[in-house]
Order: sequence, then C-alpha cells, then structure tokens
Amino acid sequence: MSERSQIIAKVLELIEPFNKKGVEVSEATRFAQDLEWDSLTVLDFVANIEDEFDVIITMNMQAEIETVGQLVDALEKLKA
Amino acid sequence: MTDLFSKFDPLIEQRETLLETGITDPFNLVMEEVESPTVAICNGRRTILLGTYNYMGMTFDPDVIAAGKRALDEFGSGTTGSRVLNGTYGGHKACEEALKDFYAMDHAMVFSTGYQANLGVISTVAGKDDYIILDIDSHASIYDGCALGNAQIVPFRHNDIEALEKRLKRIPAGAGKLVVLEGVYSMLGDIAPLKEMVAVSKANGAMVLVDEAHSMGFIGENGRGVAEAQGVIDDVDFIIGTFSKSVGTVGGFCVSNHPKFEILRLVCRPYVFTASLPPSVVATAATSIRKLMDSADKRAHLWENSKRLHAGLRQLGFTLGTEEPQSAIIAVIMPDLEKGAAMWEALLHEGLYVNLARPPATPAGMTLLRCSLCALHSEEQVGEILGMFAAAGRATGCIS
Repeated sequence: MSERSQIIAKVLELIEPFNKKGVEVSEATRFAQDLEWDSLTVLDFVANIEDEFDVIITMNMQAEIETVGQLVDALEKLKA
Repeated sequence: MTDLFSKFDPLIEQRETLLETGITDPFNLVMEEVESPTVAICNGRRTILLGTYNYMGMTFDPDVIAAGKRALDEFGSGTTGSRVLNGTYGGHKACEEALKDFYAMDHAMVFSTGYQANLGVISTVAGKDDYIILDIDSHASIYDGCALGNAQIVPFRHNDIEALEKRLKRIPAGAGKLVVLEGVYSMLGDIAPLKEMVAVSKANGAMVLVDEAHSMGFIGENGRGVAEAQGVIDDVDFIIGTFSKSVGTVGGFCVSNHPKFEILRLVCRPYVFTASLPPSVVATAATSIRKLMDSADKRAHLWENSKRLHAGLRQLGFTLGTEEPQSAIIAVIMPDLEKGAAMWEALLHEGLYVNLARPPATPAGMTLLRCSLCALHSEEQVGEILGMFAAAGRATGCIS
C-alpha cells in the first residue's frame, strides 16, 4: 500500500466507531453534513487521529477540513 | 437580495414552536423591582433569586452603595474616554490597588467587562506562531479571545489532565504556549484539577491563564479562587476575573506578577479602544473587593447553602451536574429543552428564578436549570427553594 492509502485506511477505521448512521464513507464524505457530527464528536475523533498519527490538528486547521479527503491531505502534510 | 437573516431561521422557528405552547419566554424576563440580593418582583410576583451569580450578596451592601453615590456626586456619571486617554480616574487606580491587595500580586488591570478581559488578554498575549491550549468547555469569552487573535488553537477534553499533557508534548519545540483554564466551569459548577494541570503546563514550558470568575470571593482561604484552594496560585501567570459576580457590579480584570505586565495597557485593543468604567462602578467595586477580603463567615454560610441545596435536590430525585457540591453553582440536568422550559416556568410560578441554560452554551447539548446560591440566602429561603423544586418537579413530571 502507498503511504496515502495507508493513511486513508487508518482514517476510515477511526471514523467507523463514530459513524452511527452507517454512512458509506469515501474521500468526498463531509464530516458535518454527511456524518452529522457535533463538536464533541469532532473533538473525540480528532483526539483519536492525533494519538494515532502523533500530530496536532489545531482548530485553525480543522476549520479548513470539510471532507475525509481533506483530512487525509492534511495528515500527509503533517507527516511529511 | 439574499436576506442575511435567513441563517437564523432554524432558531426563530424553534423559539416560535416553544412559545406557541404558551410558555413564558425564559430569555425575556424583566425584574420590575429588586428588593435585595435574593428577592425581586418579576411579573408582579415576589420571587426568590437563585440564578444571579451574586454569590456574596454585595449588591445592596450599605458601604458599597455609599461609595458609589459619593463617586457619582464627586466624579460624575461617566468618564467618556479610554483608559489610556482621559478615562483613568483616581477610582480606577484605587480599584486596581484593591485587586493587587486582594490577590497579593504585583499588577492589576481593570477592563470594562469580564468578557473584554478574556478577549483582550488572550488575543494579545498569544501571537501568530504561539499555541493556545484550552479546555473544550471554556466560556464563550475565551473562545472569542482566541478568534480575535491569530494563535494556533488546540482544545482538549474537559478537565482531562492526560489529554492536556499529550497536546503540550506534541507542540513544536520552541513555540510559545498559553494554557487557558477556568477555576469553576459555570455550566455544571464543577472545578478544574488545577494542581495537576498547572504542574503539567509548567513542566512543559507553558504560561498559564486561569479564569476565576465563578470562584472569587469564596473559594480559597482568602477567596482568591480554585488556584489558591489547590495551592498553585503562585504558578499561575494570569488570573482573569469579573466584578459582575461576587463583587456585585460590572467590569473585569487581570492580575499578574509578570514583570512586563504593564505594557498590555498599550497593546491590548479591548482595553484601549473602549470607554472605561464609570466612576461610581469602580468605587463600588473597590469597596466591595476590600470587604470581600474579610468575609470568612459569609463564605462558610455560602458553602452550607450549597451543600444543603445539593443534598436536598438529590434527595428529591433530580439529576445534578456534579456528584458533590464543588462551588456555589448547582446544575439540575433536564431531559430536553421542552421539559426544561416547562420546569423553569413552573418554578417561576412558584416564585423562584433560576437560569435556563441550553446549547450552545451548555456542554454535550444538555438543557440545564442552573442555580447559583448567594451567601445571603437564609436557611429558611433554602428550605423554601427545595419546597418549590418539589412542587414544580411533580407538576411537570420531572420527578415522581
């Protein structure tokens, strides 16, 4: 697997416990509109992502991240 | 033309649906007369006040009122100017002296509101490449301070020491760090584990700001707040506070021992670009702060009230925000907004005012009936309050 596909696989795995509605998740899936996450869910999910990848995703960065694909892009950059 | 107000439609609709049931608007109450810190006339009815943050009951203190009247006579109704131009009177300096004495700190800066104190200090102290690490349940004024500045914002789970530590350790080496905490969190009335959190912050090279708005005057041996009670006040870089709770008027402040603190008076925009507090307000604040230094008996009575209300409400079968009373705020958790609004109205009919709190002000989407006690609530009043909760709770089906 390429590094990007590894990141995607991990992100999808971490989304699953919070995917209460069983939405089909792709890179185009939007956290707020499609997954319908509230701010506390976002906090918990981001904390898990941060722990898994050992990075910080500031609220400033979160404001720019709407979709799963954008999160993966951000993680690629942070890990580079 | 796009109506810029259409974004408010969902809220307008929710309000209309609620008010159509004939319920009194919980966010539109008028106090027609105020008899004392604990009693007012609302809708023509004598009402016990249990939602005012007037913790120490200083609003009708005779010395405080006399000081305000004197300042009004001698200095006029307002300053009409910024603190850095024509808006600093003797009274503002006297008020800052009172704060320095109260907290035993080197510097004090008075703002026009507590909101502006957080807005100003947080947005000014943390610059573009600095990091602000804050509790997710922080007050709106803290978030707005972050939004006004340019720092990188990193939230962590409420009161979670390990989550704070992990984030501190991941911040790039050499970056400036400001950890923002509150002594008492006002929605549930719970306190922060400041002892551990301040230690972790210091060990990781961060400066620490603690908002003690809801603890001043009665938590800690000298009423300096949760940081004092937990023995870490000397390691806190900035304490933010307000005059609109225990002090009993309006205004905000920051106290600090930082040697360069005074420069904030020139660079802090919410301090510079607004009019200073009226002379009567700073005179009442200074008098009240000095009286609060010597109020051990009132503090003890307030704690008694808090413990009794907490135990009594629990016995009646209400779900509360904390297992034990940790402050003068007791939050009663309601199942939803409709039930909360019905209970709020039933209490008002009984003759009791509490705060109805709902999202986004509350954590986890909760609806709360928030009670804040006063040192001047008598034992009899606390008994009456419990009776009203019992009656209203049964009438609305909140308890059996």
